[in-house]
Amino acid sequence: MMADIGTVMWKEWKEILSWGGGRGKMTLLVFVGVFGIFLPFQMGRAWVESPMVLAYWAWVPLFLVTSVIADAFAGERERHTLETLLASRLPDRAILFGKVGAAVGYGVGVTWLSLLLGLVTANLIHGQGILLLYSPVVGLGIVGLSLLGAGLAASAGVLVSLRSATVRQAQQTLSIAIMVLLFVPVFGIQALPAEWKARLGEAFMALDITRLVVIAVAILAALNAGLLVAAMARFRRAQLLSE
Amino acid sequence: MSDYAICTDNLIRDFGTVRAVDHLTLQVPRGIIFGFLGPNGAGKTTTIRLLLGLLEPTEGRAEVLGFDTQTQADEIRSRSGALLEHPGLYERLSAEDNLEFYGRIWRMPSPARQARIKELLTHLGLWERRKETVGTWSRGMKQKLAIARVLLHRPSLIFLDEPTAGLDPIAAAALREDLATLATREGATVFLTTHNLAEAEKLCQEVGVIRKGQLLAVGSPSELRTRLGTPRVEIIGRGFSENVLTSLRARPEVGKVEHQENRLLIELRRAVDTAPLVSLVVAAGAQVEEVRRGNPSLEEVFLTLMEEEK
Repeated sequence: MMADIGTVMWKEWKEILSWGGGRGKMTLLVFVGVFGIFLPFQMGRAWVESPMVLAYWAWVPLFLVTSVIADAFAGERERHTLETLLASRLPDRAILFGKVGAAVGYGVGVTWLSLLLGLVTANLIHGQGILLLYSPVVGLGIVGLSLLGAGLAASAGVLVSLRSATVRQAQQTLSIAIMVLLFVPVFGIQALPAEWKARLGEAFMALDITRLVVIAVAILAALNAGLLVAAMARFRRAQLLSE
Repeated sequence: MSDYAICTDNLIRDFGTVRAVDHLTLQVPRGIIFGFLGPNGAGKTTTIRLLLGLLEPTEGRAEVLGFDTQTQADEIRSRSGALLEHPGLYERLSAEDNLEFYGRIWRMPSPARQARIKELLTHLGLWERRKETVGTWSRGMKQKLAIARVLLHRPSLIFLDEPTAGLDPIAAAALREDLATLATREGATVFLTTHNLAEAEKLCQEVGVIRKGQLLAVGSPSELRTRLGTPRVEIIGRGFSENVLTSLRARPEVGKVEHQENRLLIELRRAVDTAPLVSLVVAAGAQVEEVRRGNPSLEEVFLTLMEEEK
């Protein structure tokens, strides 16, 4: 099973990197350049020392993963490769987990590469002889949240991709989902009465960073598990072609 | 072990109100190239999907290589190779990577995989272009690569869904030749769907004719021609006057007479001795240079079957 998952991941990564005849690699370089060099250079020591970086690194893999996961099944269906893949000896779960794993690996890999490069940039430019490092809570939080954020995007994305006839349709659905996820909390909080907002702010400030990270990780882990179970239930080889 | 690679028993598949496969009962012996013939929408592709366990039957059952298609489809797929409606190639990847991917899927050890990829690509004349992205290739080349992918793991059973569709005649002939050579060499059972009857006649030891999901006839091409076709006689010569034609048409065994310049085409109602007919033609004043007996082509048998069903 693990070998089969690895095979699917190998193919997915090959396809991701060959996307657009090299444009994929260029986009990656730009991305790593922005998050690994430009932003740490601009933000200075805050890039390492502020707990707010947790928010950055939780969101970054989400965007990276949604850019590739839409293609997972909708792309195979659109390019007429799905039926041949389904006619192979690969078990259902190997196909599903291979695709999810490839998207998560891509998102997390690029995120962590940018993270490391950002740390090097921050130390080289703003270190002034002192080694700048993330605090253990923030460091672990970044690793956990980026992994779970990528997992969330991948398992939700694969569900959407399974249901979509085309990649464009899957991308549109995922874009709307991200917009909702991003804007509903922001505008929702804005719409609250001033008194409620103040209370919410106080409650948030009262939470320590460790507890916040643990709560976020628990919520994301539960969402991940739920979505993966839904994707497993949805992925039935004998039904994929008759729909 | 059963002598049959494929056995279906009253297999039915409905899509809503449309019955794509209708009580299909079929046996395909092991080790032959079996042609599944039918017009577009006859149910050929649906049958392949059912046999591979990619669709569930509405009713009936099927066994492929001795495995049930509903409960043991994994076993079937692990022993089969399939070229379906589309080549199913990853066009962003190179030819070599496409085969590498499927070689890994079939868990071929790396040295054996590399050797087999080289063997197949060399045989199909694609080895020199193995590093090229498949998306830039012609349809014929893609189809050849898809055939290489199907044969890669030496499957016991190969499904080919219209493998030469959309190819120019030269590419189709070359592919047919490759296919026949490779299938014979690999010793596999081949289940081939096509609506190209000349192709079926050249390649297949047995054929089945399907229309609107129903199996109309099954047998070797020569059996079908004999069983379902009308026997005929062709007489080449001179002096085929109206008198000759009238005399022939009066004979009870003669169905139809057609006169084309120096040829008479006589369709018989049944297989009979032709000597009395030749004597009749000569007696009526014609000069005979050559007499040929013949059966209709598979194409004519097929068209007859389609007409009967209408």
